[in-house]
Amino acid sequence: MRKTMTSMLAGIGLVLACGTSVYAQDKELTIFWAEWDPANYLQELVNLYEAESGVKVTVETTPWSDFQTKAFTEFNAKGSAYDMVVGDSQWIGAASEAGHYVDLTDFFNKHNLKEVMAPATVKYYAEYPSNSGKYWSIPAEGDAVGWSYRKDWFEDPKEMEAFKAKYGYDLGVPKDWKQLRDIAEFFHRPDEKRYGVAIYTDNSYDALVMGVENAIFSFGGELGDYATYKVDGIINSEQNVKALEAYKELYSFTPPGWAKSFFIEDNQAITENLAAMSMNYFAFFPALINEASNPNAKATGFFANPPGPNGDQFAALGGQGISVISYSQNQEEAMKFLEWFIKDETQKKWAELGGYTASAKVLESPEFQNATPYNKAFYETMFKVKDFWATPEYAELLIQMNQRVYPYITGNQGTAKEVLDSLAADWNATFKKYNRVK
Amino acid sequence: MATAVLTTLDPNSRSAARGMSDLTIRNLFIIPTIVFLIVFNIFPLIYSLGYSFTDFRASSPAAANFVGLQNYRELLNDPFIWSNFAITAKYVIVSVVGQVIVGFGVALLLNRDIPLKGLLTTLLLLPMMLSMAVVGLFWKLLYDPSFGIINYTLGLGSFEWLSNPDMALYAVAITDIWMWSPFVMLLSLAGLSAVPKHLYEAAAIDRAGSFYTFFRITLPLVAPILMIAIIFRTMEAFKTFDLAYILTSQPTTEVISIRLYKMAFQEWQTGRSCALAYIVLIMILAITNIYVKYLNKVKER
Repeated sequence: MRKTMTSMLAGIGLVLACGTSVYAQDKELTIFWAEWDPANYLQELVNLYEAESGVKVTVETTPWSDFQTKAFTEFNAKGSAYDMVVGDSQWIGAASEAGHYVDLTDFFNKHNLKEVMAPATVKYYAEYPSNSGKYWSIPAEGDAVGWSYRKDWFEDPKEMEAFKAKYGYDLGVPKDWKQLRDIAEFFHRPDEKRYGVAIYTDNSYDALVMGVENAIFSFGGELGDYATYKVDGIINSEQNVKALEAYKELYSFTPPGWAKSFFIEDNQAITENLAAMSMNYFAFFPALINEASNPNAKATGFFANPPGPNGDQFAALGGQGISVISYSQNQEEAMKFLEWFIKDETQKKWAELGGYTASAKVLESPEFQNATPYNKAFYETMFKVKDFWATPEYAELLIQMNQRVYPYITGNQGTAKEVLDSLAADWNATFKKYNRVK
Repeated sequence: MATAVLTTLDPNSRSAARGMSDLTIRNLFIIPTIVFLIVFNIFPLIYSLGYSFTDFRASSPAAANFVGLQNYRELLNDPFIWSNFAITAKYVIVSVVGQVIVGFGVALLLNRDIPLKGLLTTLLLLPMMLSMAVVGLFWKLLYDPSFGIINYTLGLGSFEWLSNPDMALYAVAITDIWMWSPFVMLLSLAGLSAVPKHLYEAAAIDRAGSFYTFFRITLPLVAPILMIAIIFRTMEAFKTFDLAYILTSQPTTEVISIRLYKMAFQEWQTGRSCALAYIVLIMILAITNIYVKYLNKVKER
């Protein structure tokens, strides 16, 4: 027995010793992100860093639905499993106030990133609180909601004629939300298993809210005053009521079973010939121009979120910045990596690989704008984006919005006015709870 | 009895040779279990009770403040929480009743001499051996309105099982019934096979009808074991999470454990979610107690 014990201890000791020596020899960095195509592009990009510097960088991923939970569980436990995280824009308040992110203000100012990166990305991915001049992330993956559509359906002469006869104007890329609605109605033909439009409806994280935001912002509405936390009269404004009604009407032109759909389903709507138009993040458009993943690749077109009735044109912001985690044991190495990441040539390479760079110089270059059929729409959209609340209690606000809005959109419960009035009361109560308002 | 166990240590055994006393061996087995229970069950249980009276958030370095019964008061006044409880109750009733009817029915069918009975029973047990997540993903495909095999077989066109707010909870319950009826069947089968044959023979001689035989002989004798199956299934159905979470995101299927999960791990309201967990625990204990009382009554008969 004693012999076995001794040999076991020796074995454990040996393993530990080997482990430590390996660790000491090779510096490794781990970046945590959600499981999607851009994370694969980032892995390709960081492989170049390894070739240059010898530091191995791994991009570790988890499905979107778990991303927030898994990341914050690790942060709360002060775990050092990840050195950097490409975290969602609305996390920045929670993560910075709780001390999970390293303050990058000096780094930001030293490299003048406020000028180098597109202004919207600096405002929403990096700075918290608003206009404080404190920065917590480097804008990494710019993203916003755009639209894809079936060019072949739109350009069919018979359809064009029938559309003009019915609505009195030419069928084409919608110039406003009214046209978007008309086109959705026109192509909605359940008998032919063809439907008008695919929109976001999943209420398990932020999909539905992002979808609704596209309507709200373009109808001239806001979610609230982000500086004073005032919501009453803003979230339940007349524009927002109209916007919510418009989004609900779009839902009636979606394919059957469209009550839990997010980016996968919305791309499927195009690849499986289900819908004429589909809302999605630009980050998911590379799959639509690839013939291996979209048999209709050649017949797929793209457009930016159209303006609302008063000509306001905005889109919901997606995308993430890259932050260094306070509990990482390789912070110095992580900062070196960031120095490399913000270089112009790295950002250019990042865009070439399929990542949506936030670098203003790359975005403005004709080379980038002509690289794909949707890059121009992306460039235009990135200057007209708005985002959800970024306060530490954003998750509660998000769940409250889902709880109020989802039954109205998918289940005909209540009116838009009632829903938004209740939401204003919920949000107000939450802000009171955290002493943001009196 | 205990001493009988303790004195059976074989004097030639290795333990005896090593000079371990019976007491040492007993402690060797019991202490790790007790330590494990204390560390992983009892300690967190008590610790979280403490948290339930605070505004603690695991996501924030801020210290927890004692707020008294505020969490409980606010939770019990929250109409959304009550709707979550109502959904859970409806789900438990539909799902457990369904499982008992299907499970007991199949057990009655199997409780006779039929060819390949063993193979049939084993095959029928397969659903409950699968992982909840896998079952959820499979049934999501089966229910699909565009290409799902259920609508195709039943000729329902593009009926929306999971997107229809009124139907979604039943769809989840049907999946649960499919998965867990075999469990009720297995226990019922054990109960049925223990019913003495001579009782049926006596009933046959008295020319008792099949209904009479079922309600006066079969059911009362199987009742205790059926009650155990019902207790287990009720507890499980009450805390169901995976199936409902995977299959649909309708507010009409947001059972209490999903709300609890969101509160604890998406909103990070740690204190309040501890309070909610305690409310759920108390409810489960109360329901189980009623069942156990009833079970004892059934046994006495």
